[in-house]
Amino acid sequence: MSNPKVLARLRAVLPAASVLTGEHAVRPFETDGLTAIRETPWVVVLPETVDQVRAVLAICREHRVAVVTRGAGTGLSGGARPLKDGVLLTLTKMNRIKEVDLDACTATLEPGVTNLAISEAVREHGLYYAPDPSSQLACSIGGNVAENSGGVHCLKYGLTVHNVIGLKVETFEGDELVLGGKTLESPGLDLLAIMMGSEGMLGVVTEVTVKLLPLPVAKTVLLGSFGFLEDAGRAVGAIIAEGIIPAGLEMMDNPSIRAAEDFADAGYPREAAAILLCELDGTAEEVAADARRVQAVLTSHGADVRLATDAADQERLWKGRKAAFPAMGRLAPDYYCMDGTIPRAKLAEVLNGIGELSEEFGLRVANVFHAGDGNLHPLILFDANLPGQLERAEDLGDRILRLCVDAGGTVTGEHGVGVEKLNTMCVQFNDEELTQFHALKGAFDPDGLMNPGKAIPTLARCSELGGMRVHQGRVPHPELERF
Amino acid sequence: MRLPTADAPSRSAGRDKPVPYGHNPIGTLMHEADRLQLAVAECHRLSSSLAIVGHGSKALLGPHKGEDTLSTQSLSGIIDYRPEELVVTAWAGTSLGELTEVLADKSQILPFDPPRFGGAGTLGGALASGLSGPSRPWRGSVRDAVLGVEIVNGRGQRLRFGGSVMKNVAGYDVSRLMVGARGTLGVILSASVRVLPMPTTETTLAVACDAGEAGRLVRDWARRPLPITATCYFANTLQLRVSGSAASVASARSALGLREPGDPYLWAAVRDHEHPFFADSAGTITRLSLPRGSRFEAEDALVEWGGCQAWLRGRSIDPPQGAFATTYTPGRQPSTRPLARAATAKVAARLKDAFDPGGIFNPGAEG
Repeated sequence: MSNPKVLARLRAVLPAASVLTGEHAVRPFETDGLTAIRETPWVVVLPETVDQVRAVLAICREHRVAVVTRGAGTGLSGGARPLKDGVLLTLTKMNRIKEVDLDACTATLEPGVTNLAISEAVREHGLYYAPDPSSQLACSIGGNVAENSGGVHCLKYGLTVHNVIGLKVETFEGDELVLGGKTLESPGLDLLAIMMGSEGMLGVVTEVTVKLLPLPVAKTVLLGSFGFLEDAGRAVGAIIAEGIIPAGLEMMDNPSIRAAEDFADAGYPREAAAILLCELDGTAEEVAADARRVQAVLTSHGADVRLATDAADQERLWKGRKAAFPAMGRLAPDYYCMDGTIPRAKLAEVLNGIGELSEEFGLRVANVFHAGDGNLHPLILFDANLPGQLERAEDLGDRILRLCVDAGGTVTGEHGVGVEKLNTMCVQFNDEELTQFHALKGAFDPDGLMNPGKAIPTLARCSELGGMRVHQGRVPHPELERF
Repeated sequence: MRLPTADAPSRSAGRDKPVPYGHNPIGTLMHEADRLQLAVAECHRLSSSLAIVGHGSKALLGPHKGEDTLSTQSLSGIIDYRPEELVVTAWAGTSLGELTEVLADKSQILPFDPPRFGGAGTLGGALASGLSGPSRPWRGSVRDAVLGVEIVNGRGQRLRFGGSVMKNVAGYDVSRLMVGARGTLGVILSASVRVLPMPTTETTLAVACDAGEAGRLVRDWARRPLPITATCYFANTLQLRVSGSAASVASARSALGLREPGDPYLWAAVRDHEHPFFADSAGTITRLSLPRGSRFEAEDALVEWGGCQAWLRGRSIDPPQGAFATTYTPGRQPSTRPLARAATAKVAARLKDAFDPGGIFNPGAEG
């Protein structure tokens, strides 16, 4: 697109530095964290105020130009992939903390405030914001809302949906929705819940109110090392069955352990088939009592257990887990990170299935994941410079996600559908369910110009994928015999 | 109109097979779910309205209207429960009493502790009404715990959203939209909800104080990492519940500096509106939903949720700044002030249309 009239109008409502056009200026915005998917945006706008956001939307509405909203661009599913004939609305300049209310234990933020900046701003008051996606240094709270981001502490403290209590949203039609707030209940339909994880398809988030929690007084970390992956999988369920909800419960398989150890020197046993990292927090008495119980469970499942000696030791144990993704660079030039979630009881079964697929495709897979909530992050290792490897990695990823759906899980736990998982959405949902999703979007965005083509596949796309679609073990027309 | 009976031909029999649990006649219930679906499809075709009911225990929320009544009561039983997954999946008509007993047997609880007015109430009703119990600020609301639902929408289509895992961002979060929608968007057939371990120790403590002092205390506690799971101020007494391991409850007691024991039966009584406050107010009552950290004070109110929910007899004065007041009058639909903003109401009306284009579900009820 090269509609000079639209450009002129955008320039009239925004500061000069807030409208970027031309190949060099827009190149940094052509991809999000999923770098395999790229598009050069027609124009990038960076408003500084809500009024400017409204003005941009009004211009786009009048000229029927589609809008893709973007935060820090750390998303991992291509949800912020720009359009070559659309406006990329980037909210990183709206990064003020508007209010910290110590009586209410809440913070009210512009959407571009980074996740970590929230906790840093309130630490002096003994408070923090719980969800901590691994990109927390860079990712923005608006993006967290769009993806319903998680992190390592979800099992105990919940996802973004449990910690964001209020939103202001600008719709494409020019309305402002004020959803939730500092009350615990709001009358009417729960539009706040629907906005969480809606991937910029329903409106533009311009203000976010989050709940702040008191920092726990005590914390400890245990490292369990296992000779067999299956034992580690079973130990996860056994800890929960003990009535303990760890603050974090992470698992790494042998390839990940080795890579992380080479990279970060975290003190992990290089020969272990799997390790579990278990963080406990709460009152000092509670942490001490729970640590003893977790130790007993791990030991009874065949693990060697090490309890972190002090805060520095805890840091060191976490360092390896946090370095796991960058450490993969040592194993292969590229990796493709998957995000399926499965019931915990199926951990061992699915991991074995992934192992078999890995052999079938001839690509190595390292597994690092949030074991406590069954959220897998298989990392498919490949070399994009070798012809066909990227495609093979994508095909393998697709098969892994199907394995997750078959195990009663989901194709995405916390990274979103974006453009990446549109095809696997056809596996998880049938036509009637997808049609209901499209109708829901229409209630917020009747013109269909907010982030078009993302998150929910069209029925045509699903039918083109062809073959017989098996949905949660159900096939269409089960009464027909099939051969 | 005559609704299809259990003998009506099923269009989607055997479509799916949940994992059997216990001795529930799963096959029969699948048939029953098909029957409900067929009934809705018929009503959609004939543009005939339906009142959806479970146990019918929530008279508080006003009378059900509809040319026919669709009861989920016979759709009862636990579909899948594995304690180590911290998730239970059950049919909508499952009684809350049965559900809590099954969980208690494995030392687990429903985090949102929904009211059981008159001892009755179903899982579907708890979701549709979205009413949470005394532990709401600490253990989360009904919608916080919901992970997945199967519904019949107003077109008579049977749809599944979410699932039985904690983390799931595939598609819009329709499961949570169903919570508090009062059946206006669809008939909930079954739901998966998150559960929590039952604390090994619980103690109720009491402090004699006025409303102002009670407010100061709960605001102070909110900023400290204390294992509080309920508070209630009424008639110059603030009571609080502390839950966790024996050691952490003991240390919280000393940190709070409180020794006076409270009434451990208070919480169920407040939750189920069997507390004398509610018995004495047989007529109109008002629920104030107050902002966190609110300085609202009223000597004649019953204030719970760390100061965020207050009950008043009769119709309240106008709600304080940032608060909502919902007034419940027997035989009438509740009314909430302030009214929803026009922009929100527009989207809500379109959502209703997207799920129930014929407007057949619970006419008159507002989600």
